[in-house]
Amino acid sequence: MSRQSLAKAHQKIQELSWEPQYHEPYMKYGTDYTFRKAAKKDPLKQVLRSYFPMQEEKDNRVYGASDGAIRGNMFRQVQERWLEWQKLFLSIIPLPEISAARSMPMLFQAVPNPELHNGQAIQMIDEVRHSTIQQNLKRLYMNNYIDPAGFNNTLRNFHSDYCGTIGRQFAEGFITGDAITAASIYLTIVAETAFTNTLFVAMPGEAAANGDYLLPTVFHSVQSDESRHISNGYATLLMALSDEDNRQLLERDLRYAWWNNHRVVDAAIGTFIEYGTKDRRKDRESYAEMWRRWIYDDYYRAYLLPLEKYGLVIPHDLIEESWNQIWNKGYVHEVAQFFATGWVANYWRIDSMTDEDFEWFEYKYPGWYDRYGKWWENYNRLSRPNGHHAIVAEDVDYVYPHRCWTCMVPCLVREDMVVDKVDGQWRTYCHEACRWTDAVAFRPTYEGRDTPNMGKLVGHREWETLYHGWNWADVIQDMGFVRDDGKTLTAQPHLDLDPKKMWTLDHMRRMPHVASPNVILNEMSDSEREAFVADYNAQGPAGRPAGSTS
Amino acid sequence: MTTTENSARSVPKPTFTDAEAGAKEFPDSGPSARRYNYYKPAKRKQTHYEDVTVEVQPDPRHYLTQGWIYGFADGSRGYPLDWTKLKAWGVDNPEPERGPGSGGKPVQDWPAHGWHEFRDPNEEWELTMFRYNANVERQIGQNVENARNAKAFDQWTQNWVRFVERHVGAWMHIEHIFGLYIFAACNRSGPTNMHNTAMAVNSEHKIRFAQDLALYNLTLTEEIEGFDGAAHLDAWNNDAEWQGVRKVAEALTAVDDDWGEMIFGTNIVFEPLLGELFRSNLVQQAAPGNGDYVTPTVMGAGEYDFAQRDLRWTQACMGLLTQDKEFADHNKQIMQGWLSHWVPQCLDAARQLQPLWSQPDAKPPRFEDSLDRAKNRFAGILSDLGLDAPKELSQ
Ligand SMILES: [Fe+2]
Ligand SMILES: [Fe+2]
Repeated sequence: MSRQSLAKAHQKIQELSWEPQYHEPYMKYGTDYTFRKAAKKDPLKQVLRSYFPMQEEKDNRVYGASDGAIRGNMFRQVQERWLEWQKLFLSIIPLPEISAARSMPMLFQAVPNPELHNGQAIQMIDEVRHSTIQQNLKRLYMNNYIDPAGFNNTLRNFHSDYCGTIGRQFAEGFITGDAITAASIYLTIVAETAFTNTLFVAMPGEAAANGDYLLPTVFHSVQSDESRHISNGYATLLMALSDEDNRQLLERDLRYAWWNNHRVVDAAIGTFIEYGTKDRRKDRESYAEMWRRWIYDDYYRAYLLPLEKYGLVIPHDLIEESWNQIWNKGYVHEVAQFFATGWVANYWRIDSMTDEDFEWFEYKYPGWYDRYGKWWENYNRLSRPNGHHAIVAEDVDYVYPHRCWTCMVPCLVREDMVVDKVDGQWRTYCHEACRWTDAVAFRPTYEGRDTPNMGKLVGHREWETLYHGWNWADVIQDMGFVRDDGKTLTAQPHLDLDPKKMWTLDHMRRMPHVASPNVILNEMSDSEREAFVADYNAQGPAGRPAGSTS
Repeated sequence: MTTTENSARSVPKPTFTDAEAGAKEFPDSGPSARRYNYYKPAKRKQTHYEDVTVEVQPDPRHYLTQGWIYGFADGSRGYPLDWTKLKAWGVDNPEPERGPGSGGKPVQDWPAHGWHEFRDPNEEWELTMFRYNANVERQIGQNVENARNAKAFDQWTQNWVRFVERHVGAWMHIEHIFGLYIFAACNRSGPTNMHNTAMAVNSEHKIRFAQDLALYNLTLTEEIEGFDGAAHLDAWNNDAEWQGVRKVAEALTAVDDDWGEMIFGTNIVFEPLLGELFRSNLVQQAAPGNGDYVTPTVMGAGEYDFAQRDLRWTQACMGLLTQDKEFADHNKQIMQGWLSHWVPQCLDAARQLQPLWSQPDAKPPRFEDSLDRAKNRFAGILSDLGLDAPKELSQ
C-alpha cells in the first residue's frame, strides 16, 4: 500500500468505532483512574491490510535465519556459559509476552476511547507473536544445543525454581489489579518503554558476541513491534494526565512500576549480560553503561522528563537510587552471586569466573575484586564434587539472605533491608521502596483516598517457605531438576559435562536442611528481631557477615 | 583496491566450542531428552502448536507451586476457572494446599482438570496466523484490484449499489464489535493458554474482516460514481432492519461475566443464525444475479474464517464440555439455557432483516428459504454438540 492510500485507509477504518446504542459491554476490569471521553487519534495508524503481510515478511526473515543458523552449525561456536542462562531467560519471557496480549482488553474497558482500542488489539496480536516465537526459539535450542536439560522442562521449572518466581512479576503485574496500573503504567509506560531496550537490544547484542545469532534474529524482530506499544502507552498516559484526579495515582504507580521493574529486570538481565558472557573486550559496554545510556538518558531524560510539564510527578529520587544501586551498591553483582550461591536449586549450569573475567570486572567496576573476587574463587574451588558440600552449605563468608516480600529478589544490599509487620506477618523488604509498595501502595486506600480496584500482593512469595525443613536432595527431586539417569542434577556449578564431575542427589543428601528465613523471622521475639535487623544491616558487601573485614 | 585492517575495530572473536547436540554423552544427552516434557500431548506425538502454546499460562494445579503472586481487589487471582459457568472435570477438586514445609506439590496426574484437554484444531500460533491472514489480505487486494481494472463495477444496477453501500457496509460494524469486544475481550478470561490464543486468533479474523469491508467500501466510493461511503453508518445507526441485529450483537458484549456464554452465544448461535444468514444466504446468493462478482470474494473470506476456522475451534471447545466425563449434564443444561436466551433474540433480529431480501433487482432465494437453511445448519451444529434444538427454533 502506498503511503497515501494507507493514510486514507486508516482514515476510513475510523468509521468502525463503536458507540453502544442498546447495551454497554460488560465491565470486567476496574480502575480507580477516571477518563473523560473525548475524540482521540489512534496513535498506531495501522491497517491490517498492510500489517499482516508486513509481519509475515518479518517472520520469513526470522525463520530463514533460523534454518541458516542450524545448517551453518551455529552451535559449534556458541558459548555454553551464555546459552545456559537462556534456560532461565526463555522460561520467563514467553509468559510476560502472552500476559501482555491478555492485558489489552483490560484497557478497552478502562479507556473509553474506541479510537485507541484498535492499537491495543494490534498489540494483542503482536504479543501472541512474541510469546509463541520465543517458545519456538527455545525449542530450537533444546533440539540443537549440546545440553537440552533445563530447556526441555522450563515451563515446569520456572515456577518451582529458587529464583524463577521473581520473573513472574514481569507478567502477572500486567494482568491483575487496577487495569491502568497493570496494563498501562506497569506494562507499557515502564516495562516496555524503559526496559525493553535492555531486554531486546542489549541481550541480543551480547548473544551475538557469544556466538548465538538466533537470539538476535528473533528479538530484534520482536523489538521492531515495540515502538507501536510505546505509542499506545503514551496516548493513554496523556489522557490520564488530562484529569487532575489521576495525578496522585499516576505518581503512585510510576513509583511502584519503576522500582519493581528496576529490581526485577536489572537483576535478571544485568546478570545475563555481565556474568553470562565470554566477551571481555574492554571496550564492550558494561550493563551499567548500557543502563545509563538507554534507561537513564533515553527513557528518563528524553521521555519522562518532558512529561513533567503536563503534571506528571516523576520519581526522580527512585531513578537516581536505582543508578546508585547499580553503580555504587553492586546490585547486579550481588544478584549474580545470589543466583550462583543457590545453583543447586536452579535448572541451568552456572560457569565460574576466570582471571580474564576478574580483570574485566575490575576494569569496568573498580573495586569489584575486593568485594566479589574471593567469593568467586571459592565458587570455582567448590565447583567439582570432592568431599565438600555445594557452596550454599560451605563457609565462604556469605550470609544467606532474606527475600524481599515485594520484589522477591533477596535483600542483597544489606544496609537497605527493612522489616515491617504487614497483614499480621513480619516481612523483610530489600528497600524502603519495596516496603512502601506492599504496605502502602497495594492497598484499598491510598493517602486517604479510596482505591477499591487496586490489586494485592499474594502467594507464597518466599521460595524457601515451601521447603522449610527439607533435605536438599528431596527439594531438588520435588522440583524435578534431575537428569534422566535419575540422580545427576540438571544444574551444575561448572560447564564440564563429564558425568564423573557432575553433582548428584547423593551429594545433596549430606547437606544440612533448607530453612526458611521468613519462618524463622516470625518465630523471633521482638528483641531477637531487633538484633537480627541490626546485624543484617551491618552485613555486606558480597553477603559478608557483619564486622567481617575481608 | 586494497583493504586495510582498521586497528580500532573491536569485534568479538568466534571460538570453536563444539556445543552442538550429540557432541558428548552424559545424562540427558540423548534424543529422548529433546522434547518439552511437562505436558501430555493430545495425540501420540506432540505437535509444534502444542509446544509453543501448552503450559505457557501456568496453573496452580500444575506447577505454580508458589501460587499466583498478584490478586485482584476481590481476591481472585490469575485465570479463575469460575469466570464461566461451564465446568470441566476435576475443577471441583481442591487446589493443592501449600505452606511452610509443604513442598511444591507439583501435578502428578497431568492435566489435573479437563480444561487442559482443549487443543485448537486449527493449531494456530504466530506462524500460521500471519501466513493465513496475510494470504487473505493479498487475495482480497488482488481481487478488488482486478475488478477495478476490468471495470466490473460498471455493471452494477443502482439498486445494487444502494444495497452494497448500506447493507454490505453495515455488516462491518458487527465484525468489528465481535473482534474487539467479544474475542479480544475474552482473551484475558479463558482457563488455558490454548483457549485464550484461539480467542485472540478469532479476534484477528474479525477485526481484519471488518477492515476488509471498510476498505472495500472505500474502493467503491472511489470507483462508483454516486456511491455513498457514509451510507453504512446511516444504515447501522438508523435503519429499522439493522437495529435487531445490532441489539443482539451489543447484548453479546454485555453478557454478565461469562466468557463461555459470550463465545457460545456468538459462534454457536449468532453466527449461524444471523451471520451466515446475511453473508451466505443473502449477499453471496444475491450478488451474482445483480452482476456483482466482487463482493462475494470479499464476503467469502469472512465466511471461510467462520465456517472453516472459528466455528471449528468453538465446536472443539464446547464439544469437550458437552461430553465431559464429570460435567456433561451440567454443561448441557447451561448451554440449553443460553440457547433459550439467545435463539429467540437472533430469530427476532433475523425477521427484522427480512425487507433486505426484496431490495435487489434480481432477487435472492426467498427469505423463509434462506432462514430455513440457516436453521438447518444451526440444528446440525447443535446435534454435533449433543444439544437439543430449542423449541423456539421451530417458530
Ligand atoms: Fe512483546
Ligand atoms: Fe524488593
